[in-house]
This record gives sequence, structure tokens and C-alpha cells, in this order.
Amino acid sequence: MFEFLDKFMPGVLESLIPRASEFAIQIDVLFDVITLLVGFWFVLVLGYFFYLVFRYRHREGRKAEYVTGETHKQKQAIEIPHFLILACDIAIIIPTFVVWYNVKIEVPPPDEEVRIVAQQWAWTFYHAGEDEILGTDDDIVSINELHVKENTQYTYHLESRDVMHSFSVPVFRLKQDAVPGRVITGHFKPILTGEWDIQCAEMCGVAHGIMGARIFIKSEEEHKVWLAANTPIDRGASLLAVTSEEEITESKENRNNG
Amino acid sequence: MAEVAPAEVGHGDAHDDHHEESFWSKYVFSTDHKIIGFQYMFTGMAMALIGGYFAYVFRMQLAFPGSSIPFWGTLSPAAYNSLVTNHGTIMIFWVAMPVLIAAMGNFCIPLMIGCDDMVFPRINRLSYQIFLLSAIILIVSFFVPGGGFGGAWTSYPPLSAKAEYNSTPFGAPLWLIAVTLEIVAFLLGGINFITTTMNARAKGMKIYDIPMLVWMIVIASILFMCSVGPLVAGAVMLLFDQTLGTSFFDAAAGGDPVLWQHLFWFFGHPEVYVVLLPAMGIVAEVVCVFARKKLFAYKLILFSSIGLGILSFFVWAHHQFISGVDPRATYLFTTTTLLISIPVAIMLFAFIATLYGGSIRFSTAMLFALAFIAEFLLGGVTGIWLGSSGVDIYLHDTYFVLAHFHYTFVPIAIIAVFAAVYHWFPKMFGRMMNETWGKIHFWGTVISFNGIFIPLFILGSAGQHRRIYNFQNFPDLAGQNMQDMRVFATMCLVLMLAFQVIFIVNFIVSLKRGEKAGRNPWNATTLEWITESPPPHGNFGLTMPEVYRGPYEYSVEGREKDYWPQNEKPEPEKI
Repeated sequence: MFEFLDKFMPGVLESLIPRASEFAIQIDVLFDVITLLVGFWFVLVLGYFFYLVFRYRHREGRKAEYVTGETHKQKQAIEIPHFLILACDIAIIIPTFVVWYNVKIEVPPPDEEVRIVAQQWAWTFYHAGEDEILGTDDDIVSINELHVKENTQYTYHLESRDVMHSFSVPVFRLKQDAVPGRVITGHFKPILTGEWDIQCAEMCGVAHGIMGARIFIKSEEEHKVWLAANTPIDRGASLLAVTSEEEITESKENRNNG
Repeated sequence: MAEVAPAEVGHGDAHDDHHEESFWSKYVFSTDHKIIGFQYMFTGMAMALIGGYFAYVFRMQLAFPGSSIPFWGTLSPAAYNSLVTNHGTIMIFWVAMPVLIAAMGNFCIPLMIGCDDMVFPRINRLSYQIFLLSAIILIVSFFVPGGGFGGAWTSYPPLSAKAEYNSTPFGAPLWLIAVTLEIVAFLLGGINFITTTMNARAKGMKIYDIPMLVWMIVIASILFMCSVGPLVAGAVMLLFDQTLGTSFFDAAAGGDPVLWQHLFWFFGHPEVYVVLLPAMGIVAEVVCVFARKKLFAYKLILFSSIGLGILSFFVWAHHQFISGVDPRATYLFTTTTLLISIPVAIMLFAFIATLYGGSIRFSTAMLFALAFIAEFLLGGVTGIWLGSSGVDIYLHDTYFVLAHFHYTFVPIAIIAVFAAVYHWFPKMFGRMMNETWGKIHFWGTVISFNGIFIPLFILGSAGQHRRIYNFQNFPDLAGQNMQDMRVFATMCLVLMLAFQVIFIVNFIVSLKRGEKAGRNPWNATTLEWITESPPPHGNFGLTMPEVYRGPYEYSVEGREKDYWPQNEKPEPEKI
């Protein structure tokens, strides 16, 4: 449905930033639907406003009219647009629910999982190794670099070690706050290869402004090359975030229980 | 209640006390509502200069990262965070609130409802003194070891709760104490506004004869009182977390950091309407006077604003769509958020309909009031993108949000306030402001304001997040096109600030040399215009006004004059 609608839309967001995840198109189309509906009202009301300001400017010899706005007919001037706005609101709310459900509530069965740990002021990413299972010995840990495969359904598990952070990947149209004490699960499916920014989107202290990372989306083969270059698990890389085996297993169990 | 004219409270007995006083008791420890209004207004304007200076410094950093900024020097990341945080805090709590609610409420309510002072003048004085104390504490917090608090004006724990995270061991508690005291000051002020309006109206002023500005301030005060409890509770809990080592918001010790967000935004969203409603009231007054029109659908506006107030208590979690609350909750909050567009739209439509058939005079006050309608419209409609939870996933915490709420707050706290100053200046100080310089100030302010924030909508849509010290650290955001837009926005900000110099000079020169205003320079109908300018202590002299009609009887058919003051006795044959 969104692919079909997209053909008739202005494509505001896509003209500014690529769509690198499967659900990005839904958010873009919703953005455009709102742009069209709200833009229509905005131009209409502002145009009418300027027309009135011009039409009824003060001129010598013409007196203003006495209009109370309390008669039934005059009230309709506001009541009719108000029902039209209500209709537009509903027209926005329904697709919003659909998009929200698809992006934030339903988690599709994953091909692969990734664990993301935020802390002041770095991101630690735990990738599954060659066995494609997270939480085993061949996991690959990296700082401020997330490596994912194109056309693979991912589930992420987001944690924070200290304060609120927010995991934001603009090209994915993905954002989720990391809350200390919780493991928050979500999903994404990359559809483009390339390299883009990850930003922290929640004020997290002095160096919040440099708490960025990069996401590398590669084809299956290139990802295998990267895996090979980093296997076995490189604990030396995780100077900032040393995590013992038990911790990984423990948090995995919590996840399964919760 | 609607049919009963309120008793004359506080009349008669007070007039003997209104004698000449010394400078200190007249201007500093005064209980006169007008002087307290001025105290709030000038304190608010002074704080606005500080907030504007902060904006200048951090915008310069974003446009020219790392270079030495004139009147500041090199900006460190910690100082950047502190400036951003305190810019927001100051502009909302120490500019919008005091100027819109306290200054307008104190100056206008007794004059507009025809009584001699607030019903609790000493509480009123205490309100300002606590407010001043809170402002001093905030300013002191910039200079303590570790610097001012830099955890964003929303102050989310655990960052705000522990000095090891925020690196401001003294700045953070002082910031919190200042905000809490400021809230106490406004609770005291709010008691006065509500009680005075309900009990001390002029003889004959029925419930629908109250000018819209007074209604709006009363509704805003009620909203404020109902919403602020959770924030004060939260602030005390956070202060305990900071200083006594409790763990209300510490997840590791069994607390919940998201709890603060609920307490904060349960207050924070109604707060938007607390400052919006007085601005709407100002615009209603100014538009009616200068369009020479009766306010369109008075009761509809009144009931819409009450509906808006009630609905505003059920939208707070739209600030938290992606903050880890149960994702199903967003269904409710998206719906309420989009529905709140309806009462706001009704109010704006009513103002626009008031223009219909009018005879519009483009005084500076009217230009600012019209600009409020046009600019706030853009601020309001951009909220629809953000209220839609699906799009908010992408736009949350980007510059789109930032541009959106500046398009609401700048019309509210800057444009509507200028409309009010240009409109009531003759009443406040007895002299007219220079209209030519006023119009130059108007165009300079409004055009440069749009120049700042339209580029920021585009930057936000391109994925640029807020509160980032230097975008050159993010390769996707470091492009020349984006940097050009940042430079353009910064230049427009400098221009906008420069145009305020014209306002300040015009204000000071008009105080001394402006043309004498007389009682009613705008031929307006409400009660504040029947007394002298400036009004004497006690407001109306020996005879208190009596009210015979509604506040907006302009251009009534069959009358020679195009305005019919509220206090003018009807001709005998019409009784």
C-alpha cells in the first residue's frame, strides 16, 4: 500500500536523506500525507487571512460592520471548517496507527540479532559472529561501528549503562531512547548498502555532541569478509565496555523471560 | 453566577491609604498591582536579554564551529550545553511566564475589571520577591564551580540526578531550586488573578462582560495550578536524589528514570497553553480595537479555551513517544494530540473572522497581533507532524521539533508581548511610542525571525539532531549546503537581536519625549482606557466604574461614534 501511495507523493524526506531501511518508506509516506493535508489548510487559511487584511483595511468613509458571531449562520463559518479539520485529523490518525504498529510494536522474526549498549559517550555494538547467533563465543564487539547486512531482518536489544541516550539512525528513520535498567527491543531491515551516521539524540552530558557512530551496511559477501577479519571475538577492541560472558548470557536470559 | 453582579470588594475603604510614598515604598516594596506588573515586565525583559545573548553565543558556535566568538571567546562543549539548557529555561520560566502572565495579569486585570488593586496585594508583592530571588539563584548558578547546569531544560535523570554524570555538582541543584521557587512565585500570583477576577469586578460586569485577556489569564492560572503539583513533587524528589542520595530516579536502586519524564511533561505540556492563552487574549484585545470590530463568537472562544485547557492534560506523553513508555500508549496520545488542533483552530478562526467586515488600522500593535496569527498558525500546524507518532519516530529531537516550538513560543513570548507593549504603553506610561520606529522594529523582527527558523525545519527534516555542539563531527551533517543554512540562520538571529536595539531605544525615548497619550488614544471600549494615563494609585479615582455592556462594542449600528465604552450609561430611551 505504501509503495503505491508513494508514487503520488512529493517525497519530501527522500529528497533530503536516503531511505535505507524497509520501514522508512512508511514514515516518508505518512510525512507526505500530512504535508498535503496540513499544507492545504495552511495555504487556504493564510491566504484567506491575507485577503481579509487587505480587503478590510481602513479607508475613509467606510465604517466597520457589527457582527457578533453569535447567530447560527455566523457560527457555521467556524463550525463547518471545524468538522473538516476533524475529518483531516482522523485521516492522519489512521495511517499513523498503521505505521506505528509496523515500526514500533510488531517485531518480525529476526534473521539476526544485535546488542547495542550506550554509555557516556560511546556506543558498543555486539554482532553475531559466523554462527549468526548473538551471545556466543564468536560474537564481535566494536566501538562506534555497527556492521549489518543488506536485506536481513534484524532485531536489536538496546541498553544503557548510565544515563538516557537515544539510538538514532536517520537513514533508517529509526529512533529509540536507551533507558538505564531496561533492555528495549526493536527491529530494522537495511535495504541499501553504504555508510551513514548514527547519532545520540538525547542529551547525555558534556560530550553528547560527539556521541556519534557509523553504520556500515554491506552485502552478504562483504559482510563475511568483515566477519573473517574480526573473528575470533576481539576483546581488545572493547576497552570502554568490558562485558563478561556471564553478563551477556544473563541479559539474554532476562530478555527471554521478559 | 452569570446573572449576579459581584459585590464591590475593596472599594471605598482603600482610597484613604493611596497617598504619596517614598521611592522605596513606591517602586521597590510596592503593593500596587501596576508597579508589581512593571517589576515583572522589566525583570522579564532583562532576562530576555540574557536568554537572547545565550542564543547568540551558541548559534555562532554552530555557524562557525570552534572559532572565537565576539563578546564570549571560544566555547567549550560543557559551556555550550549549559547555554542551551539555560536559554530554554530562561525563555520559558523567566521571560514568557513573568511577562505574559504576571506582568499582563498584574497590570491589566484590576484595570480591565474596574477595581482598585488585587485582592491580596501583599501576597502579590511576595510573589514578585520570590520570583526575583529565583532569578538571582539561577544567575548565580552560572558562576559556581563546575558551571551552570547543562542537562537540557527538561533535566532528565539520571543525567540530572548525579554529579558524576552531569559534572555540575552545584549548578544542577541550584537550577532545580531556582525553577521550583519560580513556580512558587507563580502559584501566589495565580491565587490573586483568579480571586480578583471572581470577586472584585466592577458593578454590573457579568461573567460574559469580562474582557478576553482577563479570562485567558484566569484560565491559564487554573491550568498552571492544576498541572504544577506533579512537577514540584518531582523536583523535590530530584533534589533529594542530587543532594541526599535517595534513588527515586535511579534504576539500579529500584527507581525509575522515566517517572521524571511523566511528572515533568504532565506539567510541561499544559505549560505551553499557560503561556499561549494570555497571548491569545492579548491578540483578541488588539485585533478588536484596531479592526473596530466586536470579537467574533466570544463564548465560542471562551469555551474552546476551557476545552483546550482540559484536553491539554491528556497529551503529555507525546513528548515521550520513543522514550521507552509502553508503545501502545501512543495510540491514545496521538489521538488527543491531534484533537487538540480543533480548539486552537477554532480560536484562530474566530480571530480571523473578527477581521471580516472590519476597518483595519495597521498600528504597530496591530501588525504584531496579525503577525502572531500568521506565525502561530505555522507553529500550530507543524505540531501535526510531530503529534503523529509514526512521523515522530523520525522527527523526535531533531531541529524540526526545535523550529516547531520556536514557531509557537516566539509568537507567544515575543510577538504577542510586543503587541501588548505597543498597545498598552500609552496606558502604562502616559505617552505614545513612536510608530515609525515601531514599524521598522516590527518588520525587522518578523522577517529575521522567519529567516532563522525556516532553514531549521529543512535541517531537521534532513536528520539533524538537537543539542549537538559541533555538526562537523557527523559526516552526514557536515556538508557545505547544510553549513550554509546554519550560517544563514545565525545571521538572521544576529539581525533579529540588532533590531531589538531599536525597540529599547524607542521605549526609553518615548518614556521621556513621547507624545502625551490622553486617556483613550485608541478609542477602545474596555475599562482601563477610561482612567488617566498612567492610572493613579487606586486606578479610577473616587468613583469606581460601573459596567453596562460587553467589552467589544465597536461600530454598533445607529451610533455616531464607532466605539461604545463598557462604562457609558445607556441613553434613557434604550433602557
